[in-house]
Amino acid sequence: MKKVILTLALLVVAAPAAFADGKSYAPIKDKITKTECSACHMAFPARLLPASSWKKIMLNLSDHFGEDASLDEETTKHITNYFIKKSAKGKFRNPALRITELRWFINEHNHEVSRKAKKKAGTMSNCKACHRGADRGYFDDD
Amino acid sequence: MSKPVFMLALTGLLVASLAPVQAGSARTSILEKLQKEAGTAFSAERGKILFSSTHKGGKPKTNSCTVCHTKSPLKTGKTRAGKDIAPMALSKTKDRYSDPKKVAKWFRRNCRSVLGRECTALEKGDFITFMSNL
Repeated sequence: MKKVILTLALLVVAAPAAFADGKSYAPIKDKITKTECSACHMAFPARLLPASSWKKIMLNLSDHFGEDASLDEETTKHITNYFIKKSAKGKFRNPALRITELRWFINEHNHEVSRKAKKKAGTMSNCKACHRGADRGYFDDD
Repeated sequence: MSKPVFMLALTGLLVASLAPVQAGSARTSILEKLQKEAGTAFSAERGKILFSSTHKGGKPKTNSCTVCHTKSPLKTGKTRAGKDIAPMALSKTKDRYSDPKKVAKWFRRNCRSVLGRECTALEKGDFITFMSNL
């Protein structure tokens, strides 16, 4: 029986990754980063933005898209280093600071999100309102 | 139940039962520190006014604690990004006001957002006193 349960559990865990068409992003694993970044919103995967964007965001936490998200120096440094390490790699021209302003994000959501769904989510940064596996890194359920 | 398992369970129970006591003493020490700085006795009534009032000087969209925490500290609030906030009342969220770093962080952020300045030790003490008496 134990074996069956284990196999089933493995299937449940592995299946979304196996069927993903590229829209899966490793969730934040670092404990401090996860705790702090998920206090007000979901901790967005580091690979959604390049290092230059994360650096800018982390330098301006006291005005974090209109909210005061300031942290002590030590924690700020720790999180910045984590994001730099795990960020999207490659060349970016004028990288956005908001994930929701990235071109692919806009294209991906433009015709898919109904007014009702938008209202329910409150904000486009509330991934979990529609992508139930978002905090595990899965965005394929659309 | 074998003896080691039983002992483990017993230790677990003991640790779990001690947790609120530890949170309680940490809370007392936070309040004592604020009390020394404030020099005046804390008032739950003043804390209630601070929580419920609409303030000037902060951000217009968050001009009251109640914008995110709802009018009742016994209820679950919502961040502006859509995440639930556990109720502020100690009777509902047992580990509130027991981590000095966390307490300092949220007073700093939210007093700046709502009042446009940091809160005084008296305001912080009044607030925690109000939330502890609900």
